[in-house]
Amino acid sequence: MEKIRVENVSKIFGKNVKEALALVKQEKSKTEILKETGATVGVYDTSFTVNEGEIFVIMGLSGSGKSTLVRLLNRLIEPTSGNIFIDGANISTMNKEALQKVRREQMSMVFQNFGLFPQRTLLQNTEYGLEVRGMPKAERREKAEKALENAGLLAYKDQYPNQLSGGMQQRVGLARALANDPQILLMDEAFSALDPLIRKEMQDELLELQDNVQKTIIFITHDLNEALRIGDHIALMKDGQIIQIGTGEDILTNPANDYVRSFVEDVDRSRVLTAENIMVRPISINIELDGPKVALQRMREEEVSLLIAVDRHRNLQGYITADDAREAVKQGQKDLRTYLHTDIETVAKDTLIQDVFNVIYDARTPVAVVEGKRLLGVIIRGVVIEALAKTEEVES
Amino acid sequence: MSSILDTLPKIPLAEWVDDAMKWLTTTFRTGFDFIKINGKWLMESTSDLLMAIPPVVFILLMVLLAFFASRKKLGLPTFTLVGLLLVYNQGLWPQLMDTFNLILYASILSIIIGIPTGILMAKSETAEKIIKPTLDFMQTMPAFVYLIPAVAFFGIGLVPGVFASIIFALPPTVRMTNLGIRQVPHELVEAADSYGSTGTQKLFKVELPLAKSTIMAGINQTVMLALSMVVTASMIGADGLGRNVLSALQRAQAGTGFVAGISLVILAIILDRLTQSLDRKKQ
Repeated sequence: MEKIRVENVSKIFGKNVKEALALVKQEKSKTEILKETGATVGVYDTSFTVNEGEIFVIMGLSGSGKSTLVRLLNRLIEPTSGNIFIDGANISTMNKEALQKVRREQMSMVFQNFGLFPQRTLLQNTEYGLEVRGMPKAERREKAEKALENAGLLAYKDQYPNQLSGGMQQRVGLARALANDPQILLMDEAFSALDPLIRKEMQDELLELQDNVQKTIIFITHDLNEALRIGDHIALMKDGQIIQIGTGEDILTNPANDYVRSFVEDVDRSRVLTAENIMVRPISINIELDGPKVALQRMREEEVSLLIAVDRHRNLQGYITADDAREAVKQGQKDLRTYLHTDIETVAKDTLIQDVFNVIYDARTPVAVVEGKRLLGVIIRGVVIEALAKTEEVES
Repeated sequence: MSSILDTLPKIPLAEWVDDAMKWLTTTFRTGFDFIKINGKWLMESTSDLLMAIPPVVFILLMVLLAFFASRKKLGLPTFTLVGLLLVYNQGLWPQLMDTFNLILYASILSIIIGIPTGILMAKSETAEKIIKPTLDFMQTMPAFVYLIPAVAFFGIGLVPGVFASIIFALPPTVRMTNLGIRQVPHELVEAADSYGSTGTQKLFKVELPLAKSTIMAGINQTVMLALSMVVTASMIGADGLGRNVLSALQRAQAGTGFVAGISLVILAIILDRLTQSLDRKKQ
């Protein structure tokens, strides 16, 4: 069922709006228009519909107008022309009170840099939307706590945002949005400020959440991989206009024009991806503290036969195998350092994936991804091959 | 010596200002008198009240305040104790209370006028365009000039002193309130809007709390400027330490001048540290 319909919406920033609109019709580029009229085209003549319960991804490079477009939907930015309907109600002609009601009850927004209020605790942040609605304190507390609990952050409710990592802050941002129980979520580059491992985790959580609650989500991103991963439909933007709308499959197989083709080709994963993008969480032990029994316990728990050894500062030391640990237990040795293997391959986090491939081809152990000496993650052979295989899919 | 420049007749600017002043004084006579009489009564009552507090009690209260404001460190309380005892010892206690009275009213009124003006300035570009040059004018015009309308409107005494001090001390609070609100990160303003906050909710729940530090810095400056007006205000009959400085100057008494001056410095340091710590305390 149709939830959002956007009809011929344009946004021109600056003064000479009419002249700029005329130039856009002549298919002049954004820079040319800026030069001639001093006006900036934010979004031009954009139309699309979003169905209830889907994740609609708007993708484009920076400056393509995607962040402007999402702000037109809740009128954080006033459209110059065009109509926006939500459940058939025209947002673009609403008065202030009606718009406020829509913002309070129907759509919530998640921001790139989280948009958390630094002077408020996590709980106070989470209840903000309910607070401005005028909900009684006890009731909004309860709802906010529920939302934080779902995000796994209830224990931190009295902390302040700057005491948390980026990933945790964005979970609060999402919890704040969900506490309102909106039908529509607007997510503006919500995961772009997070590091790759956390980002992937958050994407998974969002997909899982979507299975449970079925919101209509408008998701803005500049990352094609992210778009392909989570989007039911993807709209590709350039210079304020939507160039192609379709499923991920459509866009990869039938690029609408050369721009889309070049964009998609850019996703030659082996060329674009670096070690950082494909590394996984290392299963490690602190060689200075942990003895063989701890090591064996962890191997059982994680179902692996090898642990990466680090010191107190997470500097890479080497690795320990299950055989070593068993031997140490048998000998009654408490210190594992004598059993430490140091012949582990390492790569820097920005190593390109095809170079990683060369390293991992001969390696007997996972390859450690390091920054200086610090262990960031590990790369296992399967992942590299999978990533390269995906590349071929994309290219063919 | 004649020059081409002399062919222009002199513009009667001074006369115009005089006329405007005369008009203001006669037209708003009742209003000015009302402020004068009530203001005088209010300030004299406060002065009586301050004088009724035994100095020992006042000093102890200030020391306690300093102790908690500086988060239980000993520097500021010690300074407050020694400084105020010295002022008392020099026989300047009544003058100190009068000065304190003047600053108290000048600062409070500056804050009451300044913060809303600053908010208006932050919210409206037109208001900013009008208020900014006005503030520049208020700050650059020599402070003595304000004494003239002050006397015309309110006669002599503490009330015109407060009036002149407010004009001089007001700008930092206005400017810093404006700056503080404008500096709130755009994303947080958007966040407040996107959750359907009304303008008032946004102001009180997001903008003012985030601008608090900046506004407090402005208030601190306002208090300091009010203090620096003490001597000037004494020229139109405002009682207090300023009058001692002024009379020492007129009689070339270096010693008396120094003692009154150092008393002002002591008051300044105490007020400065106290207003600064108001900000730090809650963070």
